[in-house]
Amino acid sequence: MATIVGAATALSASKSFDSRKLHLPSRRSLSVSERKGSFLVVRSDGSVVHKAHRAQKLIANAVATKADSSAASTASKPGHELLLFEALREGLEEEMDRDPTVCVMGEDVGHYGGSYKVTKGLATKYGDLRVLDTPIAENSFTGMGIGAAMTGLRPIVEGMNMGFLLLAFNQISNNCGMLHYTSGGQFKIPIVIRGPGGVGRQLGAEHSQRLESYFQSIPGIQMVACSTPYNAKGLMKAAIRSENPVILFEHVLLYNLKERIPDEEYVCSLEEAEMVRPGEHVTILTYSRMRYHVMQAAKTLVNKGYDPEVIDIRSLKPFDLHTIGNSVKKTHRVLIVEECMRTGGIGASLTAAITENFNDYLDAPIICLSSQDVPTPYAGTLEEWTVVQPAQIVTAVEQLCQ
Amino acid sequence: MANWVIRSRTIAHHLNKKMGLFGILNLSSWNSTSNSFHSSSSTMPLGDKHGRPHAIFGDSATHFAVRRFKSTEAERVSDTKFINQDGGDQALDFPGGKVEFTSEMNFISESADKRVPCYRVLDDNGELIVSNNFVQVRKEVAIKMYSDMVTLQMMDNIFYEAQRQGRISFYLTTLGEEAINIGSAAALSADDLVLPQYREPGPLMWRGFTLQEFANQCLGNKEDKGKARQMPIHYVSKKHNYFAVSSPIATQLPQAVGAAYSLKMEGKNACVATYIGDGGTSEGDFHAGMNFAAVLEAPIIFICRNNGWAISTPIEEQFRSDGIVVRGRAYGIRSIRVDGSDALAVLSAIRTAREMAISEQRPILVEALAYRVGHHSTSDDSTKYRSVNEIEYWKTARNPVNRFRKWIERNGWWSDKDETEHRSSVKKQLLQAIQIAEKTEKPSIEGLFSDVYDHLPSNLQEQEEQVRETIRRHPKDYPSDVPV
Repeated sequence: MATIVGAATALSASKSFDSRKLHLPSRRSLSVSERKGSFLVVRSDGSVVHKAHRAQKLIANAVATKADSSAASTASKPGHELLLFEALREGLEEEMDRDPTVCVMGEDVGHYGGSYKVTKGLATKYGDLRVLDTPIAENSFTGMGIGAAMTGLRPIVEGMNMGFLLLAFNQISNNCGMLHYTSGGQFKIPIVIRGPGGVGRQLGAEHSQRLESYFQSIPGIQMVACSTPYNAKGLMKAAIRSENPVILFEHVLLYNLKERIPDEEYVCSLEEAEMVRPGEHVTILTYSRMRYHVMQAAKTLVNKGYDPEVIDIRSLKPFDLHTIGNSVKKTHRVLIVEECMRTGGIGASLTAAITENFNDYLDAPIICLSSQDVPTPYAGTLEEWTVVQPAQIVTAVEQLCQ
Repeated sequence: MANWVIRSRTIAHHLNKKMGLFGILNLSSWNSTSNSFHSSSSTMPLGDKHGRPHAIFGDSATHFAVRRFKSTEAERVSDTKFINQDGGDQALDFPGGKVEFTSEMNFISESADKRVPCYRVLDDNGELIVSNNFVQVRKEVAIKMYSDMVTLQMMDNIFYEAQRQGRISFYLTTLGEEAINIGSAAALSADDLVLPQYREPGPLMWRGFTLQEFANQCLGNKEDKGKARQMPIHYVSKKHNYFAVSSPIATQLPQAVGAAYSLKMEGKNACVATYIGDGGTSEGDFHAGMNFAAVLEAPIIFICRNNGWAISTPIEEQFRSDGIVVRGRAYGIRSIRVDGSDALAVLSAIRTAREMAISEQRPILVEALAYRVGHHSTSDDSTKYRSVNEIEYWKTARNPVNRFRKWIERNGWWSDKDETEHRSSVKKQLLQAIQIAEKTEKPSIEGLFSDVYDHLPSNLQEQEEQVRETIRRHPKDYPSDVPV
């Protein structure tokens, strides 16, 4: 509980220091003259241009957002503040304005505005055919989305909870991922499947699933996970514009995060990871809600004298091994913090990928902190113990850095 | 909604007047928007089983961006159909509308007294049955229909044999269902989108897919437009508006509704035709596809080929309803049952269904009764679960191709000479097509990795390089006649 509040206050406290100006051009560097007013630029390959008191400034801005290679967000416009679900809606609305083939379908997305209000007001603006309320049949409205995508529309299918999309697994695996391939490239499926997942507040086992585990093997799809209003909007727009089927994972507990995002249009990259906090001692890889637990732990770690590098991997399929690799080459120690189960989760795959590609650079075995292989219990205390807590992260880093 | 029950006559009369007024108010407000294409649905008399088509054309000034459903108004209006306007006192108000109540406990019987009759135009001898409203067919179309049915039949026989000889890995035939295949294809226009199950190459053949292209797909060579990624008979051709055949049963049904949704948004003068077998209707996707289509008011035709068998499962073990046609009403979908061995009946029904689907923006269910003369596929031997006599009977006495031939011959449009010429020409083309397809190169390694995504991502590039490296190191283990 404390973690999210902490993170939120960290975000809102960023007014004094405009966190957007802490940008990390991952592949292209911006010239110094463009970085008006920024005091710190850290490249993911480790080269740093910084002013003094870097560490102190970074604690206050534990969750810094990075501007992606598209727009230079050092513009003098102040931006506007909004909550994560509003950012998703803003991204969705901008894309629906821009392209008339974009449409939304799902349960209660139209007149009701969506269970998490992501589509609020859209049915009134675009009509209830373009923002379609569907009967309760996940396999079928996902199939419908696939059919519509093959016929030239760009649908966004909302699962009320990611767990319900298990009913749509047939359509997602057998058709969504495959039809572009099996039709010899004749039919494309530019569909976006999105919804909230992850462990919430005592929602019970069926509503707390981590579907990214189950979907990650399906060939032909891309998976991304958003964690801040900035990247939520950016990833939503990128997913809609992508010609491939994209599954966008949101988290039930992150919808009310507040952040100031740029007024001008921007799109995040679907395949890039986000450098949250550069560091030297250890690479912590995480995504979605666990990012906030990690940053909470980072505060403690910094006080203890450690300098963790925190990367929000964002792209779950494929992994951004470029950013991750550069970090590993710098720090030589890796800690993965995830919400997935121990067996077969994103962390398991990531561990394998890093070991395979960067084994020579590791000074210690990779530590992966995940949830246990149990259904998520309802009781609050039990539920808390299934999710990785900041204290465990601190212990793990200490262990790694021995 | 209030569940008031009207008992006393005086109260009933007073309240009914109010309801009546409500009904009238509704009617007039609805009438003022009578441009909507829902006007026809409430002018349809109750219990009209014949589904006579109304040539009412929809609101064509459709704004792509904002389209609202007017159907909730239609629902309120339809209440007035069910209530006695003379002040009857037996009605309840529930979500979903008004419903009369009765103090007699009656269970709706599980089956009607008589089965739903099936529509046919030609009798078993290919003679036109008197007093028929069927779609007239021009000579050229009739000849094309017949010759395509013969071509389909011959392709099935020859490719089946080719599989038996080991030249193709798998095949399945449409024997006994040629009339459904070609009759439905002839009823549709080239713009109509077809989402097949897997026993419907007819529309593809009708629309110009060549025998060589069929052979290329079955042989999996590099000329196949599907890039040899699917097993035989899993045809796909975007050019011909024929969506990819996908093995899992019934997955195409919700997708077809999605495609119809897209057509509805565009306001296009086209519909979707999707096919399913009797067995496929047991899948969950059938239920949801039908339900969605009805709720969405999608311009789609569900064509069910009820051929009596789902591999070895006869229909008595598949469902207990009177076939598929009766399920239409359960979803609020207009339906018809036709004789699937009668090409003219199939054509008429589906042409009419198409007009209704597009002009009234509604789904239609067509159940075509037939018999699966062939085995389920080359992996099946149906004599294990059904009698050879039964198969023979349907192959000869109820053969749809022969029946149609009798009709066109009687019209003087076809002769024995035409028959011999056509059959020998098709046979030659088919044998040649297989030979050429066999000799054509198989696709190269690059085809293994392309089209998974729109562009090749780095992990797949890596994996492709690994495969190539393996082939370089062990060339003996790699077939020499396949390009790398």
